Amino acid sequence: MASSVLSLASATPSASLSFHGIHKGKSNLGGINKEKTNTFIKAKSFGRTSMVVASIVSRFEGITMAPPDPILGVSEAFKADNHELKLNLGVGAYRTEELQPYVLDVVKKADKLLLEKGENREYLPIEGLAAFNKVTAELLFGADNPVIKQQRVATVQGLSGTGSLRLAAALIERYFRGAKVLISSPTWGNHKNIFNDARVPWSEYRYYDPKTVGLDFEGMIADIKAAPKGSFILLHGCAHNPTGIDPTPEQWEIIADVIQEKNHVPFFDIAYQGFASGSLDADAASVRMFVARGMEVIAAQSYSKNLGLYAERIGAINVVCSSPEAAARVKSQLKRIARPMYSNPPVHGARIVADIVGDSTLFNEWNAEMEMMAGRIKNVRHKLFDSLSSKDKSGKDWSFVLKQIGMFSFTGLNKAQCDNMTNKWHVYMTKDGRISLAGLSLAKCEYLADAIIDSYHNVS
Amino acid sequence: MMIISRFLRRGISTASTCATRRSWWDHVTPAPKDPIIAVTEAFLADPFPYKINLGVGAYRDDEGKPVVLQCVREAEGKIAASNFLESTSTAVSSKFVEESAKLIYGQDSNVIKERRFAGIPALSGTGACRLFAEFQKRFYPESRIYLPDPTWSNHRNIWRDVHVPDRTFRYYHPDSKSLNFVALMDDIKNAPDGSFFLLHPCAHNPTGVDPTNEQWREISSLFKAKNHFPFFDVAYQGFASGDVERDARAIRIFLEDGHSIGCAQSFAKNMGLYGHRVGCLSVLCNDKIQAMAIKGQLQQISNTMYGSPPIHGISLASKILSDPDIKAIWLKEVKVMATRIHRMRAILREALERLGSPLNWQHITNQVGMFCFSGLNRAEVYLLAKEFHIYMTPDGRISMAGVTTKNVDYLANSIHEVTTCDQDAKILHNTDAYRINTDIRFTSLGASKSRARGMNLSL
Repeated sequence: MASSVLSLASATPSASLSFHGIHKGKSNLGGINKEKTNTFIKAKSFGRTSMVVASIVSRFEGITMAPPDPILGVSEAFKADNHELKLNLGVGAYRTEELQPYVLDVVKKADKLLLEKGENREYLPIEGLAAFNKVTAELLFGADNPVIKQQRVATVQGLSGTGSLRLAAALIERYFRGAKVLISSPTWGNHKNIFNDARVPWSEYRYYDPKTVGLDFEGMIADIKAAPKGSFILLHGCAHNPTGIDPTPEQWEIIADVIQEKNHVPFFDIAYQGFASGSLDADAASVRMFVARGMEVIAAQSYSKNLGLYAERIGAINVVCSSPEAAARVKSQLKRIARPMYSNPPVHGARIVADIVGDSTLFNEWNAEMEMMAGRIKNVRHKLFDSLSSKDKSGKDWSFVLKQIGMFSFTGLNKAQCDNMTNKWHVYMTKDGRISLAGLSLAKCEYLADAIIDSYHNVS
Repeated sequence: MMIISRFLRRGISTASTCATRRSWWDHVTPAPKDPIIAVTEAFLADPFPYKINLGVGAYRDDEGKPVVLQCVREAEGKIAASNFLESTSTAVSSKFVEESAKLIYGQDSNVIKERRFAGIPALSGTGACRLFAEFQKRFYPESRIYLPDPTWSNHRNIWRDVHVPDRTFRYYHPDSKSLNFVALMDDIKNAPDGSFFLLHPCAHNPTGVDPTNEQWREISSLFKAKNHFPFFDVAYQGFASGDVERDARAIRIFLEDGHSIGCAQSFAKNMGLYGHRVGCLSVLCNDKIQAMAIKGQLQQISNTMYGSPPIHGISLASKILSDPDIKAIWLKEVKVMATRIHRMRAILREALERLGSPLNWQHITNQVGMFCFSGLNRAEVYLLAKEFHIYMTPDGRISMAGVTTKNVDYLANSIHEVTTCDQDAKILHNTDAYRINTDIRFTSLGASKSRARGMNLSL
């Protein structure tokens, strides 16, 4: 199935039918059925004997295959590969040292407790589980944060980071028509799709510097300054995806200065709280600093990675407002956006998070497991760095592997080099040069180092 | 202009001046309450001990309690924590979609055998409708959606938020409280060829009025002649007759006629999976290839809205549908739920007739599914809430699931009261003045309030 999907995709090179690419100029989609005859043959049905009926021609005749998702497409290609040394460094899902998916012990416990409680599955309110909304805001901003005490945060449970971002995007489209969102170059691939489908214009600010394989800070600041006043600046709270490059605390302060100066709105996407450094508080420092300055901030959260709840789709959108009254109004409008999307959010993941964060034993266990996961990734980074440094005699500086943080690393490899990684070495990664360290084991670091060195030096 | 007001804002540096600071969000007005959910909120806020919630269509047992179905508990016991693994999600999703399609199209349907459907899991019925609306907008940007009058209130919100304008077609006949079939056919005929229609295949929400099989056949023929696109919102399969196959009749009729339909399925009510958001959207196609193309497009649409669907509910539903023992339990439980509702309908009608109500209450037992379109007007609904602490949506829709053997007499008596009290209350129901006038009438109803409490309340 996977391969046929891919082959079909290559057979139809026309652009995917995204919002912007709808059959412009092709005016006869609606007319297709008129031109073809409507006659059909109808045989009598005899019980279970199936009838032969020439179906009325589908009105979705002309729909072409959408191109495969570049990130998920990597996993599919990996599955199709039979080579014994293959390595999947595509999707950002945590794997153990044995490269097995990992369900956190604390999640298993919480799930078991839920099963025993046997609670009903009634609809949640549109804004989600109250207990969850409370703990998620406290987790992000700190339980003692004045914005929480003053009830200035509008928090609505969302379907993981994606769903939460979409709610915010819809809010921006509705109330700030024409305002742009600035996203980093590069950023998570789905960001622009979300804004496109929400009809929110976007542009990019410079972020990644290929020369240093680090942050192009001057470019970033210049682009944020140049944006029209009142733009929304999408920032990754920690563990930037896909580069792994985060601003330093000093750089964060300057970013905040510029955003304040230009009356922009900081819009945080926090998908890795706790996963970057191993500490929930440390990873929230950037958001908290902006909030401490009295700025109104939008922040989307996800529990996909830090609690491994990928499949349960649990996250939240938070809007920090300057008054509790504004927060109430904003919350009501977020609900109004959610109701015609899915009516109310799913209960299971919300209960698990609420139970874990709300119980001090479980919460401590969670912290320990998170430190373990983040720790494994740090170890792998070290091993990879050591392998690269010892094997590569060219004198190239590989220290960016250590400086980068979180699940991902931008290797600095270009597309041709990435192709070499896959074709020659059976290392699967996204074409932008991103590797997921969560999919790397200590045992495979040397092999990966060989592959990277070969691709970097021998392919251009 | 909003932009100018933002220029006037000064940069604020401390949080302590929050009270005086102007906000980004100054121009955001409070959203109106959702009419259905507002009912439950009002109910919850009411301290009256004998209050009744007839708002949301969520099943309740005869104790008035929410129910976790036995089949759900069994399924839950069987699914391991491996549900959380991202890697098994795709397999579970596919299985779920397959089983859902079999349920609605028929186990042996050609559509299934030839894989002529594009299906993806969706966030319950709402999510499935929303995905379809987005899909419709994407590929038929100039099209409209025809909704029955009346329909579930959220339908309009869904298509409105994707910028697809809606039109209504006549459906409910308020005088006879049944289907206005002639007008319905007329409106279908007069719509431009190739229009998109939303149909409730059984247990119409909010009226409970369904076409007969014969009427469905005629509707299907007319749809063929007009080349309309039928989109079915299947929220109550099993709830109408108690039999899932029977409740799928309308869809099977359309399939027999060769229509390539779209279908939103919800497992919120019939499996009691409300909060898990389990649903499925399927679009029938010419062939397998087209099905894959459409599925890809639908996945793209869902990727930007919520990524992938929540796995827990899908795993449960999939287990229930694919495990023969658990499925058998489920089918029995659906029948039990539908039967209880049928019984409550009969009892409520009997009670009203016994009270000597001058009105015709046949529609209570004629109508089908979770809801009864009572025919009560806004003033009467308001009175029922204010005086009798009985809550329903302003259109007079009663969720029969909220009626129990313990509260049915109180309900009947209360309805009898408000429908036989001062006639003027009814005339004013459309005006803002009605509130003032009914307030005056409360003094005369004060007597009936204590009467209400002295009524035959079996507790």
